[in-house]
Amino acid sequence: MAIPNLNTRATPKPAAKSLWQEIWKARWCYVFMLPSLILTGMFTFYPIFASWYFAFLDWSGFTASKTFVGLANFQEVMGDGLFWGAFRRSFIFMLVSVPLQMLLSLIVAIILNDKALKLAPFFRTMFFIPVVTTTAIVGIVMSFIFSPFNGPINRILVNAGILSRPIDFLGSADTALWTVIGVFVWKWFGITMIYWLASLQTVPADLYEAARLDGAGRWALFRYIIFPLLVPFAIVILLITAVGSLNVFALVQTMTGGGPFYSSEVMEVYIYRTAFGTGGGGSVPRLGYASAAGVFFGLAVMVITLLQGLAVRGMRARRAS
Amino acid sequence: MATTSVTSKRPNWMKARWWFTGSRPRLVITSLILLPICFFWIYPFLWTVSAALKSNGEIFAGLGLVPQKLEWSNFARAWTQAHIGRYFLNTVVITASSVAIVVITTSMMGYVLGRYRFPGKRIVIGILVATVFLPQGYTIIPVFELINGLGLSGSLLGVILGTSGGTPIIFILLFTGYFSRLPHELEEAAIIDGAGFFRVFWQVMLPLSRPIIATVAIMQTLQAWNDFLLPLVLTLARPDLRTLAVGIYAFRGEFFVDWSGMAAAATITILPIIILFLFMQRYFVEGIAGAVKQ
Repeated sequence: MAIPNLNTRATPKPAAKSLWQEIWKARWCYVFMLPSLILTGMFTFYPIFASWYFAFLDWSGFTASKTFVGLANFQEVMGDGLFWGAFRRSFIFMLVSVPLQMLLSLIVAIILNDKALKLAPFFRTMFFIPVVTTTAIVGIVMSFIFSPFNGPINRILVNAGILSRPIDFLGSADTALWTVIGVFVWKWFGITMIYWLASLQTVPADLYEAARLDGAGRWALFRYIIFPLLVPFAIVILLITAVGSLNVFALVQTMTGGGPFYSSEVMEVYIYRTAFGTGGGGSVPRLGYASAAGVFFGLAVMVITLLQGLAVRGMRARRAS
Repeated sequence: MATTSVTSKRPNWMKARWWFTGSRPRLVITSLILLPICFFWIYPFLWTVSAALKSNGEIFAGLGLVPQKLEWSNFARAWTQAHIGRYFLNTVVITASSVAIVVITTSMMGYVLGRYRFPGKRIVIGILVATVFLPQGYTIIPVFELINGLGLSGSLLGVILGTSGGTPIIFILLFTGYFSRLPHELEEAAIIDGAGFFRVFWQVMLPLSRPIIATVAIMQTLQAWNDFLLPLVLTLARPDLRTLAVGIYAFRGEFFVDWSGMAAAATITILPIIILFLFMQRYFVEGIAGAVKQ
């Protein structure tokens, strides 16, 4: 076995060498990348392109025949009120859960970042526990916790005199989506808190000291010292949290199944329902149609992410000038 | 809450010896506020474990968490009648296999990306980074079709492959970062001893990356154990291949009045992962913090 350019970083690259020689010399590198590239190719890249292809088909899955129907699926998606409902709810989900999750976890992270707080590791562990638990199980358990029939939450609220009679949190169209959002924030709170804690630990301790010696108040310390240092992390955390808020299938499906009357149906549930025909009423699975909905929604998310990125860049440029 | 957070910081005029005594009341108050919050935070899990040990009539009878009499039969009933035993085995097989596949493939990939320069490397890294933020739920239809097309829809192998192929890009980046920081003298000695490319990796570099292996293995365990959409879709036609998450979801549809049996099944699912987390917390936290720092 030959050793490919092991020390290339230490020694300057020899100029007179053809590309093929370099590739041949590094052949083991390509062999090592192969298994991973095959897996990502199959389960990440192929699906992205295949979704586009399926979106132009009338296809009910398995061995059923695929008929090319052009833009018909997209036209139908545009005219479907349930699609727009799910579309709107997915964005409501994101716009409500992301700020809530980021702000609350930042507050707790700042509290727990205090080294003098002896119980901080214990609190951190407690806040993190929901993150590691199986989402589908959490959803099922929560459907009992929020049950109107003597479920613990209703019992506590009624016993405390806050409610006169139990609320059907998951069974009424007014509260179902909000309850799921609340549980979602609770479930993933811990992960955002860890992101914040990791970011806070990059703030050098002597900065605090220097600020204190200058007589900076606590709010000033946060506003002028910690906050600016957190901004680059905050952008990454925002992105991760926003993408996370689109991955809600397990929780919504197990808590409400999108109901009642589609009032909590988000995009992933809509896609699942139309693709695999589990909406009841003996509906036929429509993989082509569901792909069109997914592709359209994916595009919308991408455009919004790009706009967000441009806005952030614009803001920075203005601040710099 | 916000004021508590800020007030718990030591005032600047306090010298080191006042550090402890001076700020103690504030810290005690902070702790006293946080303790009940933490109790309510994990209350749903306490409720689940308690319900798993109660009789069906007792669960919704009151708020007390301590059962009158421990009903261990709930577990036996869930394990056999609701097939939780089989689902447990399926989940263990899927999780263990996907961890093995993911650790091997991502460590190899991260190794060459972290330590070698070769044509096309920047393109590979660029493409990988671009897909980190791709939501998983929107690719389920092609994955479903692919597994069917490969003829794997009737076996656990399909679920294993799908679970392994889902999200390992961040793991690759963790390995890349770690390997690129190791000193070059390490493998030079091995090469002088006549070790080839593969042996340098297997005998020198891989053992050194144990902390990252642990982090990746634990994160993938979490991912595989808790996955729902993929196993749900892949086992629609094969109930015997269900994982715990999918099985208990189906359980609710079939035995919807057996709350204690369901709570027992839920406990069987979440307790192992919580225990794993409590013992391996450091690696969980490092894996997650690594995502931000990359």
